[in-house]
Amino acid sequence: MLELAWLLVAVPLVSGLGLLVWGKEGDRVGHLIGTAASSFSFIVGLICFFQILGRDEGDRSYSKSLFTWIEAGPFHVDMAYTFDQLSGLFVLLITGVGTLIHVYSIGYMEHDARRRRFFAYLNIFIASMLTLVLASDYLVLFLGWEGVGLASYLLIGFWQHKDSAAAAATKAFVVNRVGDVGMALAIMLMFAQFGTTAISEVNVSVNAASTSTATALGLLLLLGACGKSAQVPLQSWLLDAMEGPTPVSALIHAATMVTAGVYLVVRSNGVFDASEAARNAVIAVGLVTLLAGAWIGCAKDDIKKALAGSTMSQIGYMMLAAGLGPAGYAFAIFHLITHGFFKANLFLGAGSIMHGMDDDVEMRHYGALRAAMPVTFITFLFGYLAIIGFPGFSGFFSKDKIIETAFGHSFWVGLGALVGAGVTGFYMTRMMMMTFFSEKRWKEDVHPHESPKVMTYPLIALGALSLLGGAMMLGGWITDFLEPVVGHAEHEELAIPAWLLSVLITLVVAVGVALSYVLYSREPIAAETPADESVSFFSRAGRHELYGNELNEAVVVRPTRHLTRFLVFLDGKGVDGFVTGLADRLGDASQLLRKPQTGFVRSYALSIFGGSLVVVLALLAARLA
Amino acid sequence: MTEYITLSMILFTIGAVGVLVRRNAIVVFMCVELMLNATNLALVAFSRQHGNLDGQVAAFFVMVVAAAEVVVGLAIIVSIYRTRRTTTVDEASLLKL
Repeated sequence: MLELAWLLVAVPLVSGLGLLVWGKEGDRVGHLIGTAASSFSFIVGLICFFQILGRDEGDRSYSKSLFTWIEAGPFHVDMAYTFDQLSGLFVLLITGVGTLIHVYSIGYMEHDARRRRFFAYLNIFIASMLTLVLASDYLVLFLGWEGVGLASYLLIGFWQHKDSAAAAATKAFVVNRVGDVGMALAIMLMFAQFGTTAISEVNVSVNAASTSTATALGLLLLLGACGKSAQVPLQSWLLDAMEGPTPVSALIHAATMVTAGVYLVVRSNGVFDASEAARNAVIAVGLVTLLAGAWIGCAKDDIKKALAGSTMSQIGYMMLAAGLGPAGYAFAIFHLITHGFFKANLFLGAGSIMHGMDDDVEMRHYGALRAAMPVTFITFLFGYLAIIGFPGFSGFFSKDKIIETAFGHSFWVGLGALVGAGVTGFYMTRMMMMTFFSEKRWKEDVHPHESPKVMTYPLIALGALSLLGGAMMLGGWITDFLEPVVGHAEHEELAIPAWLLSVLITLVVAVGVALSYVLYSREPIAAETPADESVSFFSRAGRHELYGNELNEAVVVRPTRHLTRFLVFLDGKGVDGFVTGLADRLGDASQLLRKPQTGFVRSYALSIFGGSLVVVLALLAARLA
Repeated sequence: MTEYITLSMILFTIGAVGVLVRRNAIVVFMCVELMLNATNLALVAFSRQHGNLDGQVAAFFVMVVAAAEVVVGLAIIVSIYRTRRTTTVDEASLLKL
């Protein structure tokens, strides 16, 4: 089956493009075809995965070249894919969660007239994302990278009749472009330095290159990763991206696409292993983002935006782990997968709530929904327990390992990650309290009801995965499994035993949860968002996304606008002014010369006589002198 | 000798003034011829004075050219008259913007 792994990409791509060009007749079955394509990829992925699992440990990477894509002198790019341990896990995550979300969308988008188009975009996304993770060349990876960017743009702006959705799509596209510049420059640098863009070759060649080259390469790749994964300083697009339909937020902006940056860093492990400076930059970005995202998550009243802040924060954890080198790569991927499960679960749960609340996203209008939506509540609870790291749930194992490794790297980094875990407990409890507990604050004509089965079954599946995902860590399986790809690291012994640290982390989370519980059960929650002036600085800053947009406005947008205006002025008055001015002066001069041309023959005759007279006089004068 | 040159100057001046002040194209044309012939007279007179044939040869050239010029000039005047029903030179000012 591994020889046919290209079908993974081809089937959803053909299905997606086919659904786009198929006319109205496709509306009846479009969603079924889209879901079938995604399920097909999942099954193929599953078979391939078990095939490599059945092989010997050293022989689990399968590469195949389909055809030569670019051939120019010594430069050679094959359209090739690599199905190894890392991409195998990703394929399962993307197609597995993707298929569940396809199923869910059948119910969620039922009343949307453009459902077929929605499924077409989802299929194109699946195909692009699989291209990204299966690529064995950075250039092919870039193809998938841009493809998911396009799908993300199309799906954020799916309801483009809303100005806010159209603007959010454009914003996501533009901010991603900044990251893509880094990515493109990184690929050019690889070509200039190593003469190849094949991932495996670059990871080896970089060891022979100078440290500065490795650092430059690492930082450029990190810039690309920051754009795609909404890491500081390119984080501003993710919260606005919640304008898209909720299944999109779950699939693209929580479970898969935004983790592409983490994948990139882990896949380029050779580059980051060669440069400590680049690794430290990754750690810094991850740490700042995990705290910033958690902060934003605490202050937002929009359930999707609060979850988006949380996504930022969790990806920050992954980045942090990826920056810790070989010790952290496997844990980054582990957290990425468990996060894919529980965050998709939470987002789909939020979608289910919105479905029952007439698309209201304001948590202040929720309250006491646990009785009205029992299935959503239970599955959301599973997601909640997983993300805060309740012992036994998947998030407990994955986050625990990251914090432990962070402490192994440096006390302060570990402390930051630990604080982040406490804040995660706080904002998630806040979300639970405002949504499912506390008193009813529903709008008058809203009648919450449980979602149809086509939506709750995926929730149940994801809820189960949120609980069981941690099983991958049993006996250190995932670490051993990924070792051939990401390299071996000696386990560092901490000053305190690992179990004590786990207890400590759980205690910190418990403090966050308890604080939130006390704060939101002591007095009734206001049904309207309190004015900015009446809340603390922390809430205010969180609501304004830590003034990220204002910062971008002041540092990038406004200076650029001034520069543009100046350049337009320079062009209009300077360059154009010189050229047109010259033409104008010539015109004026010609006007003067035109005057003598009267058109009267006799005046011409007079001037001829005058001229001859002058000539004769001049000759005479010359003769006499 | 002086008489010839004086006559030539008078004829030339009459011609020149005629070209400048008259509006009728035919008259202007005749004045041009007058100037040419005044020049011929001067050439021939100086030729006689110097005792060689240079001036006379030049006069012949002028006559030949004048004859050709008359042909072209009259043709232009006739065609202008046909289209504009006038031979006044001031009216023929189409080249002016």
